[in-house]
Amino acid sequence: MLSELERETARESDAVTEARRVMQICNACRYCEGLCATFQSMVRKREFPEPELDYLANLCHNCTACFHVCPYSPPHLIDLNVPQSLTALRVETYEKYAWPGFLATLLRRNGLAVSMVTAFSLSLVLVLVIVLRDASVLFSSHVEAGSFYEVIGQNVMIAVAGGTFGFSILAMFIGVVRFWFSTQRSSRVRVGIGSLLRALWDVVTLKNLGGGHNEGCTTRDESYSNQRRVFHQFTMWGFLFCFVSTSVAAFYDHMMGWVAPYPLLSVPVVFGSLGGLGLLIGPPGLLWVKLQSDSRPMLLRHYGMDYAFLALLFFISLTGLLLLALRETSAMGIVLAVHLGFVLGFFLLMPYCKFVHGIYRFAALVRFHGKPVG
Amino acid sequence: MLPASTDVLVIGGGNAGMCAAIAAREAGADVVLLEHANKSMRGGNSRHTRDHRVMHDEPTATMVESYSEEEFWQDLLRVTGGNTNEHLARMMIRKSRELLDWLSARGVRYQQALSGTLSLTRTNAFYLGGGKAVLNAEYLTAERLGVEIFYDSQVTAIDITDGHATSATVVNRGFTYTINARAIVVASGGFQANEQWMKEVWGDAADNFCIRGTPYNRGVVLKDLLSKGADPVGDPSQCHAVAVDARGPRYDGGIVTRLDCVCFSIVVNNLGRRFYDEGEDFWPKRYAIWGRLLAQQPDQIGYAILDSKVLHHFMPSVFPSISADSIEELARKIGIDEQALAHTVSEYNHAVVDGSFDKAVLDNCSTRSLDPPKSHWALKLDTPPYFAYPMKPGITFTYLGLKVNDEARVLFGDGSPSDNVFATGEVMAGNILGQGYCAGTGMTLGSVFGRIAGEHAACCRN
Ligand SMILES: Cc1cc2nc3c(=O)[nH]c(=O)nc-3n(C[C@H](O)[C@H](O)[C@H](O)COP(=O)(O)OP(=O)(O)OC[C@H]3O[C@@H](n4cnc5c(N)ncnc54)[C@H](O)[C@@H]3O)c2cc1C
Ligand code: SF4
Ligand code: SF4
Repeated sequence: MLSELERETARESDAVTEARRVMQICNACRYCEGLCATFQSMVRKREFPEPELDYLANLCHNCTACFHVCPYSPPHLIDLNVPQSLTALRVETYEKYAWPGFLATLLRRNGLAVSMVTAFSLSLVLVLVIVLRDASVLFSSHVEAGSFYEVIGQNVMIAVAGGTFGFSILAMFIGVVRFWFSTQRSSRVRVGIGSLLRALWDVVTLKNLGGGHNEGCTTRDESYSNQRRVFHQFTMWGFLFCFVSTSVAAFYDHMMGWVAPYPLLSVPVVFGSLGGLGLLIGPPGLLWVKLQSDSRPMLLRHYGMDYAFLALLFFISLTGLLLLALRETSAMGIVLAVHLGFVLGFFLLMPYCKFVHGIYRFAALVRFHGKPVG
Repeated sequence: MLPASTDVLVIGGGNAGMCAAIAAREAGADVVLLEHANKSMRGGNSRHTRDHRVMHDEPTATMVESYSEEEFWQDLLRVTGGNTNEHLARMMIRKSRELLDWLSARGVRYQQALSGTLSLTRTNAFYLGGGKAVLNAEYLTAERLGVEIFYDSQVTAIDITDGHATSATVVNRGFTYTINARAIVVASGGFQANEQWMKEVWGDAADNFCIRGTPYNRGVVLKDLLSKGADPVGDPSQCHAVAVDARGPRYDGGIVTRLDCVCFSIVVNNLGRRFYDEGEDFWPKRYAIWGRLLAQQPDQIGYAILDSKVLHHFMPSVFPSISADSIEELARKIGIDEQALAHTVSEYNHAVVDGSFDKAVLDNCSTRSLDPPKSHWALKLDTPPYFAYPMKPGITFTYLGLKVNDEARVLFGDGSPSDNVFATGEVMAGNILGQGYCAGTGMTLGSVFGRIAGEHAACCRN
């Protein structure tokens, strides 16, 4: 008679099988227990059904510290590579839990998918402007309130942006709910406001990129550095500031009837500029760190996904800041169109690109801080 | 390219050698460190360690309560059965107190008390990330200080007259060099990875041993020095041997291949017969005898047999257990005679007397009129599926070493200390651990004597 675990094993992917092998070996060792949440969670288990591994894979922040301190790292016969194995599985989980299922393939050749969708969005916006308006709006300057809408009509903007954004939020929500219940079915934890707050604190401080002693992660070699954590902070806060800026702007526009462009010292512009700066610094910084990283613990075929996401964030912010700088010139129209093209691409791609790492990892952290039941 | 000469030459880049190199360099000497392994395999047995034992008078960030000199000494006295050197041991204990600070200042990190899961102990400080993290930190510090480190460099001989060394012969990537040195620190570990030497001591049984740590500790320098008049210490025929999973690698399996299930099992040899009381005492007090017990069995193999009731009582190990729904099927799977195993199990089951099982104490679950008995934690094997773990002797280290004084100077001939040959770590551990073992002492001893050796070696340049 096959046990449940054995039956599951028969149809699971290689990434799951390897992650299980790795976690079982680590569980017999446990030297890395102090390094991060992944190990602290791992030691509470003896068996690793697939959803448990999905959870651990998303809890791993890929700081690579455990690779450098592990005596079994290649070329050792046991050939243990925790960061690489968990990354392979993590990327698979993005696909596994993605909704709707048929779009999950976008996550497979993600570098290509992100480029194509972005190209498509850029063209779409330009075509819309030309078809619905007139090509000339792209080249004239618009300074008065509501001038953005001269380039792209208000209703079109609301419909396209609101529609894609709403869909993406729904898709990500369904994805993370699937992930949550899959792990909960495997072993239940009870979560409350406390777990939520502690998870938030871990996100705010990027605690798990600290190597267990707050000195950062390993990148170039076995020495620790906070470079990656710092650039990730720029990126994350940059993104959040931009998000605040956009939300407030949307609120002003629809609720208050105050129409963009907003003054320099308004909430949308201040947050947008600061966020934009963060995204100008963070993503290239992360890229720079990545390019000089020791590639042994990394999963090279995952790089496309990372590069594409970093590039997308960077260009959104670059065009956004350009828009701010040039909004009183005749270049405004075209810059706005290009900026909106990138933003639309991003809205469309959110559930099908690296963006989801934050969502699943946050869910994993909440679970980590929950109380096991039974 | 290896340099032609240096002030201090350190042989072996494990914890002991690194501490010596750092201390010598900090004292102002030019230091060359030679490590037989390449960079990814550097660090010897030290990279497989978890913790070290340190005395402390009050709680620290990483240790609870206190652990006094006297307590540490009594622990050493007990495990070694008096086969130790009180002067050296007490000096090591007292100096161990400085280690947390000394190593922390050189990049070594310890596990802090985290919420919940990690329990810190009173006697041992746990390295954050284990021994390889320690070694990484020590290598980074040594490099930063300007210690010249050469990998793939095996010292084959030391040129020595009347206990005074002048140079060492090194094979580096197939080429032989001579390095002149004003002082030499030997930190090259034991000889357990020397198959020939092990066979001389253990006979053909040695073919079936696993060596738990590095394949590079072959005792080449130890043998060379002993042949040139250095005084030996420790029992040449003994080694620290535990039970490891027989499916593990021949070398370097490290911590993950050890098995902790013996107390909750019956252990049979490949004839299907039991041979020792599995529940004699708590596992931490007994694990180190099982290597020797297995070494005495045919083909040096044994099988721990368990049932489903006890599966969660011990630390998981690296390989999944072999499982079957009946004892006969299990016997078939592990390749021993079905009848023999079934007979052993039923004999054992009949002898088990009812008691209340409690793994935290020496409980009253035992056997009656069974030879050998199982004194504690004896439960019937009656709940399928049944499980088996194949076990072999896993050698941690050998005991034979170099005799030293309290300046870590190697003694020659009649016990007279060398003016410029020093030893630290496993290669001189027999001074303090003549037999037995006290968890976490190996690293402490290497660090303490490494510092002493490095500081005194640095003085030889004047
Ligand atoms: C699995 C395992 C777990 C252990 N856990 C612990 C623990 O938790 N705590 C503890 O205190 N102790 C532990 N020990 C014991 C501990 O590893 C040793 O006591 C300690 O590492 C000895 O340090 P060392 O520097 O003397 O030797 P090693 O660390 O073995 O270093 C010796 C070095 O010398 C090099 N070398 C050898 N010969 C030559 C040569 N001829 N030329 C050049 N280089 C050479 C080797 O490559 C090696 O790097 C453990 C041992 C094992 C095997
Ligand atoms: S990564 Fe290596 S050192 Fe860390 S827990 Fe796993 S096996 Fe042990
Ligand atoms: S890579 Fe970092 S975060 Fe991931 S398991 Fe290893 S130590 Fe933890």
